[in-house]
Amino acid sequence: MNTSAQTSTTVQVTFELNEKSVTVDVDPSTPLLWVIRDHLNLTGTKFGCGMAQCGVCTVHIDGVATRTCVTPIGSVAGRKVQTIEGIHDKVAQTVQKVWVEENVVQCGYCQSGQIMSAVALLRSNQKPTDSDIDKAMGGNLCRCATYARIRHAIHVAAERILKA
Amino acid sequence: MAIEKDISRREFIKSSTALTTGLVVSFYLPRADAKIVDRFEPGNAQDKFEANAFVIVKGDDTVVVLSKHLEMGQGVYTGLATIVTEELDCDWSKVTVEAAPADASRYNNLAFGPAQGTGGSTSIANSWHQLREAGATARAMLMMAAAKEWSAPLADIVTSNGQVFHHKSGRSLSYGQLVEAAKKTTAPKSVKLKSNQDFKHVGQNVIRKDGAEKVNGKAMYGMDLNLKDKVYALVLRAPLFGATLKTFDDVEAKKIKGVREIFRIPQGVVVIADHFWPAKMARDKILAKWDDEEALHKSTADIREEYKELLGKSGEIAATHGALAKSKEDAVQTVEATYEFPFLAHAPMETLNCVVQLEKEKCTLWTGDQFQTGDQMTVAKLTGLSPQKVIINTLMAGGSFGRRANSKSDYIAEAVEIAKATKTNSGRPIHVIWTREDDIRGGFYRPFFMHEVSAGLTAENKIAYWDHRLVGQSIMAGTAFDKGGIDHTSVEGLSNLAYDTESLQVELQSPKLQVPILWWRSVGHTHTAFSAETMIDELAHLAKIDPAQFRLIHLTKHPRRQEVLKQATLMANWGRKLPAGVGLGVAVHESFKSFVSQVVQVKVSGKTFKVEKVWCAIDCGIAVNPDNIKSQVEGAIGFALSAALNGEITLKDGHVEQSNFHDYRPIRIHDMPQVEVHIMASEADPTGVGEPGVPCLAPALANAIFAATGKRLRKLPLTLT
Ligand code: FES
Ligand code: FES
Repeated sequence: MNTSAQTSTTVQVTFELNEKSVTVDVDPSTPLLWVIRDHLNLTGTKFGCGMAQCGVCTVHIDGVATRTCVTPIGSVAGRKVQTIEGIHDKVAQTVQKVWVEENVVQCGYCQSGQIMSAVALLRSNQKPTDSDIDKAMGGNLCRCATYARIRHAIHVAAERILKA
Repeated sequence: MAIEKDISRREFIKSSTALTTGLVVSFYLPRADAKIVDRFEPGNAQDKFEANAFVIVKGDDTVVVLSKHLEMGQGVYTGLATIVTEELDCDWSKVTVEAAPADASRYNNLAFGPAQGTGGSTSIANSWHQLREAGATARAMLMMAAAKEWSAPLADIVTSNGQVFHHKSGRSLSYGQLVEAAKKTTAPKSVKLKSNQDFKHVGQNVIRKDGAEKVNGKAMYGMDLNLKDKVYALVLRAPLFGATLKTFDDVEAKKIKGVREIFRIPQGVVVIADHFWPAKMARDKILAKWDDEEALHKSTADIREEYKELLGKSGEIAATHGALAKSKEDAVQTVEATYEFPFLAHAPMETLNCVVQLEKEKCTLWTGDQFQTGDQMTVAKLTGLSPQKVIINTLMAGGSFGRRANSKSDYIAEAVEIAKATKTNSGRPIHVIWTREDDIRGGFYRPFFMHEVSAGLTAENKIAYWDHRLVGQSIMAGTAFDKGGIDHTSVEGLSNLAYDTESLQVELQSPKLQVPILWWRSVGHTHTAFSAETMIDELAHLAKIDPAQFRLIHLTKHPRRQEVLKQATLMANWGRKLPAGVGLGVAVHESFKSFVSQVVQVKVSGKTFKVEKVWCAIDCGIAVNPDNIKSQVEGAIGFALSAALNGEITLKDGHVEQSNFHDYRPIRIHDMPQVEVHIMASEADPTGVGEPGVPCLAPALANAIFAATGKRLRKLPLTLT
């Protein structure tokens, strides 16, 4: 194909990914999800729907759980992005550990997103109630329906973090 | 490379019927193939003992179990590792699992015949003896190696947790230290398997082998494969089933930076780009014209009308006993009902995708493949290569529920068509990715079905007759599993109705329709259990007998069903007083050789209802990983609830009306009921687990709604109007 006919434009965007500064040169409409996966090779963040319905693409942007499939890269300039590969604090470690111990995962494909949402919840709410959990986790689908274990694991993790 | 003849199902059964635990067994176990195993660790072929096709012991004391089955969430890696660990007597913490290559000579599903694949909830059941023998054989060879090293009689050698001991001389060696010596041994002709009461791993709660990598983003799904020079492909497919591409205009699409090539294949227009996003942007800009003369233009309402008419005609007899006309005369009370079940999409969380690299001499695929050797044959045919030159690397799958096992190899064949047709990207790895819209609109649904049932009671409140008609597309027709005649998967659970009836007749019509269809977690049981288990409930009410009691009265030949039913109702405290608006419903069903009963508690307010709790008893033989069985049942209940509450693919003038998770809605966390699972103690060989938790949920829920409201819902998804 004659690429000189390609008239669409790209832009340079610099942001912080898992505590490192990165710069990419892509079409400004490119969702952060595909920048993370295809350009920066971090594949723990998943694609599931592309329309903010399933939550498997969830990362933290400036600490807030965000659906990257509908976040154009242009809006991320200068911001701090954390993916499943980059969360290492006490809350994240506890959540991941409890998730393993409670055998939460089945296919696991939604679980990066579940964990990013759960970690964001537990960072802001040390003792979430069931309805807090429904609210914080309502955007994360699990086709394997591991929901009962997700709920239980969040309660167990909350308790463990409080005790520590 | 030693290709040994495959073990046919019949041979397997013959050699294993004499087999009971604790006895010496002997049957064919395929050997490892070093060449293929090496792909996991190039350059490190020395330091390992490949005991057979399933077990590798390494110099560092780790053990690799090769899984012939796809891990798609059902926990099969953990189950297979447990079985091997039990007989190999190795250290569980040092066991890892790798996907076996596609190879019909060694990795057949013994329940399928000469084909490697995962489905029908057969993975643990068909591997149970095979992997026990694989583990026991490897252990025997390590013991033989130690006996030789120490010049000690084999009878004095014992093992424990990855070590071999000779207590008389106080010597011991780890399995890893015996790797070299073990290579020189030959597999014994027979090995002794453990007695059930000696199990140390089977029956214990363990942490999933794939748990850690699935919480830190490291698990490698098909979607995640990064290969040098990989390019991305999206396909613009026909908007109607059966339409074909006429022409397309890609002027605007070509302007997108990163687009490499746009061309046609039989399935539609292909865009290849450097990355997913430019491929997607370009695909959205292609203007295609389709020839839809031969295409399906029907709406769901048309199909419903046609099927209704067919229900008035008699079909092929799938089951019959007794004298129907006479039993109808004997009946003093009768009930009639019509049921409707929609098309359902599988919608696994990881959308379909496949990496294909077609080179001169070989074709390599990386995907969460569920039907490896069938796909291997398809690709061989498409490329003109021999099946041995088609290398399938099975990666983890983000769910499947049946979608990735397709005897038409749809998405894999399409990927190969792309690799064949590309002009400027040949030889490169091409990653074909489906969007969610592609998935929801792509067909291969659970078929639309309608049932009509008429049943009656004798003066003694026994079932006089049960006359059942079904209309729906055949899943097996035209596939490798097509045996001609009645498609068993359309009537399973009904043609073998467990309830005592004076007369039973089941008639099936399997009309042809252009909507592609496929097995969907628990296949025919998704609809047969619903009509059977709600109809039995109707009969119980007609007889004014408690529905659980009425079932027990009519299950005289089915003790295992009786037991799970008793257990589930006991757990639910069946018969207790309930607040207004709350109802309990029960169902019991056998599928995939396992027995399940569920009690659902529902709370109805106005036209909405919520499932508050589900109690479930399952008898699946020996429970290899009890916690995983519970997890599968919980998941199956949630999966079935999604279908019962919202699941519906509908057609309007041939167009699929749904497209993504906003209008094809799996349940969310707030919809998930509490679930309590009880696994029945059993000494029987393991049977299915992944699917049997599905069939009971919807009928138990409909029965609970009846208990709460007096309304019978007979159309899925369930809505109160
Ligand atoms: S992929 Fe982003 S919410 Fe589904
Ligand atoms: S674990 Fe499979 S989608 Fe959640």
